[in-house]
Amino acid sequence: MKKLNKIKDLKLMANTLRQQVIKMTYEAGSGHPGGSLGMADVFTALYFNYANLDPKKPNWENRDRIILSNGHICPIQYSAMAEAGFFPVKELLTFRKIGSRLQGHPHNKSLPGIENSSGQLGQGLSIACGMALARNLDRKKYRVFCLMSDGEHDEGETWEAILFAAKNKLKIVSLIDRNGIQLSGFTEKIMPLKSLAEKYDAFGWKTIDIDGNDIGKILEALRDAEKISGPVAIICQTMMGRGVSFMQDNYEWHGKAPNREEADRALRELEVWRREIERE
Amino acid sequence: MIKQEMFLEFSSSEKKSMRDAYGDSLIELGAKNRNIVALCADLSESTRFSKFAEKFPARYFECGVSEQNMAGVSAGLALSGKIPFAASFGVFSPELNLEQIRLSICYNEANAKLLSTHCGITTGPDGATHEALEDIAITRSLPGMTVIVPCDYEETMKAVHSAAKITGPVYIRVGRDKYPAFTTKKTPFVLGKANVLMEGSDACIIACGIMVYEALMAAYQLSKEGIQCTVINCHTIKPIDVNTIVLWARRTKAVVTAEEHSIIGGLGSAVAEVLGENFPVQMRRVGVKDVFGESGKPEELMTKYGVTRENIIYAVHAVIKEKNKVI
Repeated sequence: MKKLNKIKDLKLMANTLRQQVIKMTYEAGSGHPGGSLGMADVFTALYFNYANLDPKKPNWENRDRIILSNGHICPIQYSAMAEAGFFPVKELLTFRKIGSRLQGHPHNKSLPGIENSSGQLGQGLSIACGMALARNLDRKKYRVFCLMSDGEHDEGETWEAILFAAKNKLKIVSLIDRNGIQLSGFTEKIMPLKSLAEKYDAFGWKTIDIDGNDIGKILEALRDAEKISGPVAIICQTMMGRGVSFMQDNYEWHGKAPNREEADRALRELEVWRREIERE
Repeated sequence: MIKQEMFLEFSSSEKKSMRDAYGDSLIELGAKNRNIVALCADLSESTRFSKFAEKFPARYFECGVSEQNMAGVSAGLALSGKIPFAASFGVFSPELNLEQIRLSICYNEANAKLLSTHCGITTGPDGATHEALEDIAITRSLPGMTVIVPCDYEETMKAVHSAAKITGPVYIRVGRDKYPAFTTKKTPFVLGKANVLMEGSDACIIACGIMVYEALMAAYQLSKEGIQCTVINCHTIKPIDVNTIVLWARRTKAVVTAEEHSIIGGLGSAVAEVLGENFPVQMRRVGVKDVFGESGKPEELMTKYGVTRENIIYAVHAVIKEKNKVI
């Protein structure tokens, strides 16, 4: 699998993935572009630099496990997987269509490389805990990454799993998309979460707080997390819709696809950003 | 096949807890297969998983009062090659954590096994809060789920061993009380294959769980009146044994189902679906009639909520009367 080591190349890849997210959700006529754009840098860091994966052998037993808990941002995961070589890029345009392996929310039995089905919020961390337990029993070394949203911290199961991971000192790195937005509004209005770091700390986790749209910082946090024993939450302060001006920080774009005009505008903006990265 | 003279022996059957079979079968399995792991949600004594926990502490995971997390952790273990057995009371698992079972276990096709106790009205003094009467209905509707309702201690042992052998999610339910242990190690048990315990041509009683024993006692009483019943132990509710059910419906043209569960969605519904599409006959369902239970002694509750051998006898009379009218 192609590993990108230069920050500039990773930024360009994140830009490519963002463009795919726009094309996919436009083509599907539905989906969740906002969170997908916001998490593009985290997915790029994992799929193109940090995680040990083999797109040709998606079930390789020593692969790192990437558990996506908030499955609605799968457009960004599918884009990363396609660009990484898990399946043809052109298949991205089948997203959400009848017969597609790219279900509206990911299904592990449809698409090799997807570890877990998700879509109902709050279930991913429990699955990650089970995988980490199995890894420990088998004395394996693979890493377990769990990608979560801030909104799904409204779900009780999330906290059950947080307690369980701490009790068992499970080596899990969760990357939390702290964009402050959930489907129908700002998290602090819908259900205030306040400081996630303080909450995790009280539950016995270690936390690292970063700018989740800075790939360099994401990689640094992943390396730091690896040195810590037990569960670590990397709280990624991201901007929902990052890269598309009219989607940024606007909760209306949590679960709405762009129309033709909006998609064109979004792609033009992302192209301008791409040229800026190239000039860096 | 059961002979008349065996009933005397049955009626003096020793009573045994089916929950004990959970503990006893799991330690047998655990000794044979290192991939067997167990989880419980703060009920390890009640579910008898404590036996496994003592013997294999590294493979036992106490989840605390978090059944949703327990289902998800089980899914993660199963997706990584383990064979998790997760236990709680029926009202907590599969009822409280239904969506986790649906998505994390069934949609993921995770090889996880869910064992519950305290199902049915015989949960007794704890009252309606703890009497799961809907669990068969909800698990039966989940794609890929196998549902087993064993009738006594030995059959529970076999059910747990069978669950470990097949790949895919399995749900097994038993009650809290001690029940007559009338089958033996030699009694056949094939997953998905209903056991015909008695043959008679007047009516067919299809039962599961503790109602199998009640059905046998009812058939014995009826035989003294000259009514000959077939008694089928339908321990596997899903996949249901269509052939055996249709065969005996065809031969008797009168069917009574009996279960310690709501009459909505359980064995009675499963049999009605089979017969409705294949061979409609007169039918009655014995079960709890779409109400919550209450506190009391198991036998008092069985009488009050209509799940006794007398209810089966009444239903057999009714269904034979209807059959004769139709003909």
